[in-house]
Amino acid sequence: MKNDYVLEMNGITKDYSGNVVLNNINLKVKPGEIHALLGENGAGKSTLMNILFGMPVIHSTGGFNGEVKLNGEVVNIISPKEAMGHGIGMVHQEFMLIPGFTITENIKLNREITRRNIVSSVFRSKALEFLDSEAMSKDSRKALDTLNIGIDENAYVSSLPVGYMQLVEIAREIDKRNIKLLVFDEPTAVLTESEAENLIGAMKVIAGHGIAILFITHRLDEVMMAADTVTVLRDGNLVVSKPKTETNVMEIAALMVGRELSITKTVKTEEKEADVVMSLRNLQVNMPGEAVKGVDLDIKRGEIIGIGGLAGQGKIGIANGIMGMFETDGEITINNEKLVLNNTIESYNKKLAFVSEDRKGVGLLLDSSIEDNIAITAIRVNGDFLKKFGPFSFRDDSKIRNHAESMVKELDIRCTGTKQETRRLSGGNQQKVCLARALTIEPEILLVSEPTRGVDIGAKQLILDKLRFLNKELGMTIIMTSSELAELRSICDRIVIVCEGKVEGVLKPDASDVDFGLMMSGDYKKVKVGGIA
Amino acid sequence: MNKFLKNMTSGANLPRFIISSFFLLVCVMAVIVKIPFTTLMSDTLVRFAMNGVLVLAMVPSIQSGLGPNFALPIGIIAGLVGSVVSFEFGIAGFGGLWLAIAISIPLALIFGYLYGQMLNKVKGSELIVSTYTGFSIVSLMSIGWILMPLKHPEMTWPLGKGLRNIILLDNSFGKMLNDFFSWKYVRVAETGNLITFFNRTDKYISDLYPNNAAVVEFTIPTGLLIFFFLFCFVVFLFNRSKLGMEMRAAGDNPKFALASGINVDKMRVLGATLSTVIASIGIVVFSQSYGYLQLYQAPLFMAFPAIAAILIGGASTQKAKIFHVIIGTFLFQGLLTMSLPVANKLIVEGNLSEVLRMIIQNGVILYALTKVGGQE
Repeated sequence: MKNDYVLEMNGITKDYSGNVVLNNINLKVKPGEIHALLGENGAGKSTLMNILFGMPVIHSTGGFNGEVKLNGEVVNIISPKEAMGHGIGMVHQEFMLIPGFTITENIKLNREITRRNIVSSVFRSKALEFLDSEAMSKDSRKALDTLNIGIDENAYVSSLPVGYMQLVEIAREIDKRNIKLLVFDEPTAVLTESEAENLIGAMKVIAGHGIAILFITHRLDEVMMAADTVTVLRDGNLVVSKPKTETNVMEIAALMVGRELSITKTVKTEEKEADVVMSLRNLQVNMPGEAVKGVDLDIKRGEIIGIGGLAGQGKIGIANGIMGMFETDGEITINNEKLVLNNTIESYNKKLAFVSEDRKGVGLLLDSSIEDNIAITAIRVNGDFLKKFGPFSFRDDSKIRNHAESMVKELDIRCTGTKQETRRLSGGNQQKVCLARALTIEPEILLVSEPTRGVDIGAKQLILDKLRFLNKELGMTIIMTSSELAELRSICDRIVIVCEGKVEGVLKPDASDVDFGLMMSGDYKKVKVGGIA
Repeated sequence: MNKFLKNMTSGANLPRFIISSFFLLVCVMAVIVKIPFTTLMSDTLVRFAMNGVLVLAMVPSIQSGLGPNFALPIGIIAGLVGSVVSFEFGIAGFGGLWLAIAISIPLALIFGYLYGQMLNKVKGSELIVSTYTGFSIVSLMSIGWILMPLKHPEMTWPLGKGLRNIILLDNSFGKMLNDFFSWKYVRVAETGNLITFFNRTDKYISDLYPNNAAVVEFTIPTGLLIFFFLFCFVVFLFNRSKLGMEMRAAGDNPKFALASGINVDKMRVLGATLSTVIASIGIVVFSQSYGYLQLYQAPLFMAFPAIAAILIGGASTQKAKIFHVIIGTFLFQGLLTMSLPVANKLIVEGNLSEVLRMIIQNGVILYALTKVGGQE
């Protein structure tokens, strides 16, 4: 019996130890269809794909509920290899190619066409057969021609431009004889605009050959260009799944972001007429994976400014650049004085403090005690907690202890004592230690990145309340970077959305979901100016 | 109790647990085969204190994130150069000792600084690079010892050029620390009486009782012990200083240190320099207790027993405390001292103790290296 759908995923539910990440998802993909899968970070796209590919992470955490059907037959895929056997292919965001091999060798890797020879006949081993380069080249040529790429199939991958590498990956997938479904995981993230257009052209060609495509992305204009059907996930739920023709960019943007917000913030009616405390001009930060490519921003004294955006767009890089953690270029002015870049101690001297997004990697000395963690930066920066003996200065244990104890009380850090190693604390309490460390140096401007990532709800509330308190009562300027838009909208005065390393726009926390959605996907300017909808 | 056992036998504590058990076993055996226990303990104490400073040199190296200092020979060479130059001046007694140390320190500062600079260029491969740096400098100095323009007749070969392999320190600063305020319990062979000597050299005793009429049964090398513990205290103080805390933070988590405005590279150079300086003093202390300066190939493998000792004490390639130095040196040196006579009683032929030393020393280092980066 011929089936209408190449892939059906019915009622997929998945939780990680009680935390539901996918809730009753249904997904149907027809042959030859380009199906766009959209959602914010953490919406569940990756988990869904992991299930489809039978990744070990799914099965080692208790499997999932629901059924996966391929061509109408229920399948139980338990390994990526098996998924390939079923004709599912993946085009990765990072290229999985060997640069020192030719295109043909890359395409045919581990699926080589071979000829028998004497030795292989004697030993009856396929591994000892000769490679049939001619047949392999021919196959590769065919795959490349399908994609309309005119490059020599015997060229080395290392000599190709980035855009072509992606196409070689695709060629490798379509060279697999039984391929039925191709998953593109944010394929255009590293491509230039014209390369991305090429890629979309290639996708259409492939779809024309009857291969279904699952297109994971967050660039809405590409979705409108390429997709036949659009499915939007949000917080593990299926929001909508409909043909592209029945929707538009604005609607999708709103659906991606929109959640029932209980805005706890009483929106300030009076506009603050505060002076600018920090201004960034053409800030560029060379942070791997979060590069900032020219940000201009003025931060007013006494405000809480939020920096949001999707992962990998550079929002994390801004705070790291200001603190001199990564190679930085441009101009930063604090209180009308120029900041010396790439020098962390200078940033501290300008009364900044930093809570890193990477709590375990950067934020803590995991094998040291809570009190040492809290004190060390202040010791370094301000020379606090020291006793002097002539030219030598030694740590003042009782001062450190007393301060740590008061911080433990103030921030409600749950621990067995200030001597406890921070490694043993829960995520929320570790975060409080990081915050305590930053507050100990008594900053004027506090940079907090992802303060509530991996933190339980109680601690989350306390941390946000504390930030609000610091801002309101002590007049501290707070620059908060977060992936959680709802959180930014609940405490910030203004929210800056960063896309592709630049400021896409600045919004009020009560701005519409559509605006937030469009800005996060980088389509705001295009829609408002060009009107592609 | 169960938890205590588990803690004792896990991770970096496992070697300490095994060696402690083995040490106790050897002690029991020594009593069973009737080897005079007091002499063994006395030797253990001396070897513990004379090796201690060299082991202590591992602490800043590990704490600053460089791992165990396999390039210990750099510091040792600096110490030896200081010693031979001091010897050339012919100053006997403490003057010679202090002069040797005084010349060693600036040399070690320079060597250590350059060594630290080099390690900053090979981040991630410190262990292998430092091992071969140590080997190279020993070979280089083998030429150096020949070319050194020193003239003291007790130091140079009677024929030809260059310094001797082994230089006797009896007329220089040999045993100065060991005998300083020392207590020696001497058994007089004829009467069997035990006589106590305070602050006397071995030579004084053998002059008093010629022809081995009396043997030293137990020595408390007070000066040596004081010197070692004083050094431990200095390192302890350093750990509590602003600089020390910053250096340890840099070694513990370089990214954290960076985010706190600590110059990680500078701290690594500091760790390498301190380690080299302590090693240079360590070899002077070692040599005066041993009674000889050993040149040429002798420093080649000197890093390994020191590394093994601190690892046995419970340190890892990332974490080290002074406590690890004290306990580890005692166990390692104690075991070596004890096992030789015991093994000789049990198995007459062969060189079992030396084999045992190699197995323990290299086994423990290997074990520690397999733990690098493991255990999250």
